[in-house]
Amino acid sequence: MIDLDKEKAARPSIKERFHTWMEGEQDLYIGELEMKPPKNAPGADAKAKEAPRDDRNESGQEITSEKLKEALSAGTEDPEQLRELIPDTIVNMAESSDRLNPVSRRPLKIMFDRVYPVLATVMCIAIVVLLLVTVSWMPPFGSADNPASNEVAERYIEQGLTETGAVNIVSGMILDYRAFDTLGESNVLFIATIAVMILMRVDSKEEKEKLSREEEIYTDEKTLEPKNDVIIKTVAFLLVPMLFIFGIYIILCGHLGPGGGFSGGAVIGASLILYANAFGFQRMGKLFTAKTYKVISFCALGFYALAKSYSFFTGANELESIISTGVPGRILSAGLILPLNICVGLVVACTMYSFYVLFRKGGY
Amino acid sequence: MTLFEYLLLGFLIICAISVTFSRNLLNSIIIYMSYSLVMSILWVCLESPDLAITEAAVGAGVTSILFFVTLKRINALGKDSDQEEEKEDGHD
Repeated sequence: MIDLDKEKAARPSIKERFHTWMEGEQDLYIGELEMKPPKNAPGADAKAKEAPRDDRNESGQEITSEKLKEALSAGTEDPEQLRELIPDTIVNMAESSDRLNPVSRRPLKIMFDRVYPVLATVMCIAIVVLLLVTVSWMPPFGSADNPASNEVAERYIEQGLTETGAVNIVSGMILDYRAFDTLGESNVLFIATIAVMILMRVDSKEEKEKLSREEEIYTDEKTLEPKNDVIIKTVAFLLVPMLFIFGIYIILCGHLGPGGGFSGGAVIGASLILYANAFGFQRMGKLFTAKTYKVISFCALGFYALAKSYSFFTGANELESIISTGVPGRILSAGLILPLNICVGLVVACTMYSFYVLFRKGGY
Repeated sequence: MTLFEYLLLGFLIICAISVTFSRNLLNSIIIYMSYSLVMSILWVCLESPDLAITEAAVGAGVTSILFFVTLKRINALGKDSDQEEEKEDGHD
């Protein structure tokens, strides 16, 4: 614990802080020396953090050697950790001696330092001007003779209701006229998650045991499982069912009102994440594992592809399709849009939750 | 355009600038979250509620949670920095 007033006096002024901000984590006076010690370095506790701040007028050499000394006095016997410190120190010493005895490379560096901001500013202004000129060439927003408002958009607006049966024009577009695009988008989500799972996969038993032992050391249960927080638990207990129902409503009514597979799936995925946050992965694992994810996503994408190939096949060959558009406005209408919305919603919800799990644990 | 929308747009610009200027990564994420929430209100004003739902769920919810998790993974949400911040705030 250091004195508060002392810390306040040692705090850099606004100008200095601005410079540090501009230059990154470097000290103004010491130059190349990095201000922040590496986080997991042994001696780099509060002491080492404060030390460079207070002794900033001394030369860089002393501080780096001090760091090493501190690490030694902190009683670290792990040779690897010390070895990590030493090359860093040597590099810093070399650089500071380079500063004390200027060599021929130095003037070039000064010139570069002076020219660099000027060039950067000129570049920025040039790019801004270029972009603004390009924007000014674009057609006016909402004008009738824009290239975007052609017969395609006209047809979507005029014939959309009779051809797709969806009251919500957007759903009619993305799941009927442009269903192939949506299939690709859902596949992108699936493939991204599966690729990460393949990369993180551990095959052999020995490796698995080794990893689990390492995990016990580095990430104890506290970091993954939540502390018994009453607030989060109560809020999740109240909110998760409502969020689930809201998400299902958004998906099921995607062809009647605002919403659809993606937004509803995102809401359900967010509620799954909230549940996992409140009650932990152990409880979540009973409901949702990597296998569930694979099965759900595969079934949804497979059904999507099959159903859409059927409607493409009948449409292209001018056959009579058994899927009718129904009465617009009813929940069981709009042909394939409702089941496709459910498929997209399932894939998106599972992917959102899987992203969270992969970020948090690096695997199921 | 009503006054309300102008207010929201001004808030968006302030948020976007302050995200880049905030040194604390946690603060940046929270500002980013509020940016997404205001943006979703603006989507409703622009008569596209489906985008508003998606923005609120993905932009404000899932993305910022992923940011938080990443910060935790790289130990940028350390307890030391939090305590320092609190100390400074309390003293000032």
